[in-house]
Amino acid sequence: MIGLLDYEFMRLALVAALFTGVAAPAIGIFLVQRRLALLGDGLGHVALTGVALGILTGTTPVLTALVIAALGATLIEVLRIYTRTSADLALAMLFYGGIAGGVFLINLAGESPAALNQFLFGAITTVDRFEVGIVAVLGVVVVTTSLLLGPQLFALCQDEEHARVSGVPVRLYGLLLAVMAALTITVAMRTVGLLLVSALMVVPVAAAQQLTRSFRGTHLLAMVVGVASALGGVVLSYEANVQPGPAIVLLTLAVFAVAAVGRVVVGRAVKGWGVRETRRVPSG
Amino acid sequence: MSASPPDPGRTGAGRADPALSIHRLDVELGGRQVLHDVRLDVGAGEFVALLGANGSGKSTLVRTAVGLVPFTGSIRLFGTPVERFRDRSRLGYVPQRAATVSGVPASVGEVVASGRLTHRRFAGLPRAADKRAVAAAIDAVGLSGRTRSPLVELSGGQQQRVHIARALAGEPELLVMDEPTAGVDKENTEALARLLAGLSDQGTAVLLVAHELGPMRPLLDRAVVLADGRVVHDGDPGAVRDAEHGHTHLHSGQPDRLEPLPREGVWP
Repeated sequence: MIGLLDYEFMRLALVAALFTGVAAPAIGIFLVQRRLALLGDGLGHVALTGVALGILTGTTPVLTALVIAALGATLIEVLRIYTRTSADLALAMLFYGGIAGGVFLINLAGESPAALNQFLFGAITTVDRFEVGIVAVLGVVVVTTSLLLGPQLFALCQDEEHARVSGVPVRLYGLLLAVMAALTITVAMRTVGLLLVSALMVVPVAAAQQLTRSFRGTHLLAMVVGVASALGGVVLSYEANVQPGPAIVLLTLAVFAVAAVGRVVVGRAVKGWGVRETRRVPSG
Repeated sequence: MSASPPDPGRTGAGRADPALSIHRLDVELGGRQVLHDVRLDVGAGEFVALLGANGSGKSTLVRTAVGLVPFTGSIRLFGTPVERFRDRSRLGYVPQRAATVSGVPASVGEVVASGRLTHRRFAGLPRAADKRAVAAAIDAVGLSGRTRSPLVELSGGQQQRVHIARALAGEPELLVMDEPTAGVDKENTEALARLLAGLSDQGTAVLLVAHELGPMRPLLDRAVVLADGRVVHDGDPGAVRDAEHGHTHLHSGQPDRLEPLPREGVWP
């Protein structure tokens, strides 16, 4: 571990993992609550078009991906609200359009689609200080917003009709949520990659809710799981000489598996203990 | 315990107007005229039941009244046209089929607190008054021991009570409820009726959609009956016989009444 910290690229990778790990589930929980868990996947594909646009125009891909993903998020909300298009159908169209646009633009740039690999699967150990700065700022924005506007976003995602009657500006917050998801995609793009980014938004939430009984508890624990998995994945990738993105996601899934099994085992133990106590009462 | 009465401080403009005033209301959904020339007033402190067969337009009427459905005609909340009505803390709403269980566990306290949002400052922490109102609303529906329980662990009837508490948490002056007694057993329907009658005595206007009057009949001020999107009765609840409506539910795809829920307990 000490040797790992001797390298600047690993220190930068750990900082990027820290902000990615906390931001992704911080906003992902609202997508899961709203049953839009795959929104991150859809926006990840759209961000690929942004990356290719950045390569084509010589702009920093993180910035172009941010802009295109935010536009894609807005488009999903517009399609959902103003047309007869369900959220999953809008997402499906973004999936296809995003991939096609990415490959099309990368070909125009005279590059092979393989040039997109570091964005598809993440390349956290190649991030520079500028990129880590962007990731840190976006991460802070996402986490702060999710905590400050938590009650409003909770009301929106729990029961949109009731929220509308209660005076919550549901369209504004729906759009804000989608744009925040786009920011998170951009944050996570260089860490776990666009194909796996949704996992870091959703799986820590799934793991946390095995152990919690409230939304706020799930929110906070999911951020802890996200950070631990992201940092652990970077360390694992260094020690095992594997790509960090898949290592982070597999570690997150392992946390979920342990939490799910633990919940079942503890639940049965408590139930069994309760039955034994019940049997003792009459004999006592 | 009873829920808090409307805040006396929220007086002034619009105070003398009916809580809800509907005039010459027409609603068309999917090319079909659902409501025709509906007129309905609910004054402060009035307890009014809205009845009718399935498909008569009851739910459309209350959803339109709270601003969820486009319409032609006039709807005023406390004297202000519903499309310009901003003082949402004066309005409480219980949807017919509230989204009970979302993808992430939420506690009873969290769901009820979401009904208090209009009183809270933007991005601010709840104040002591907010916490008291939430606790009082949960207590009013007899679930004070379940504040920290996840909604998913509650029975259907208890979840319905949570959504009623969510509406009460805002301490509304007008409470609009779309079939709050669906899935609730007789004893708890009576408890709900007593709670609503108490609120109306304290000045809260209540408009409630129901399948039948049942134990609420003696507590009501008025009963309004809809048939094919038109008001066919507006007045004495005693003039409405449940039998007239009972047969309508026999043709419904929805269960008329769920089995009593075991160990649910009755409201205090």
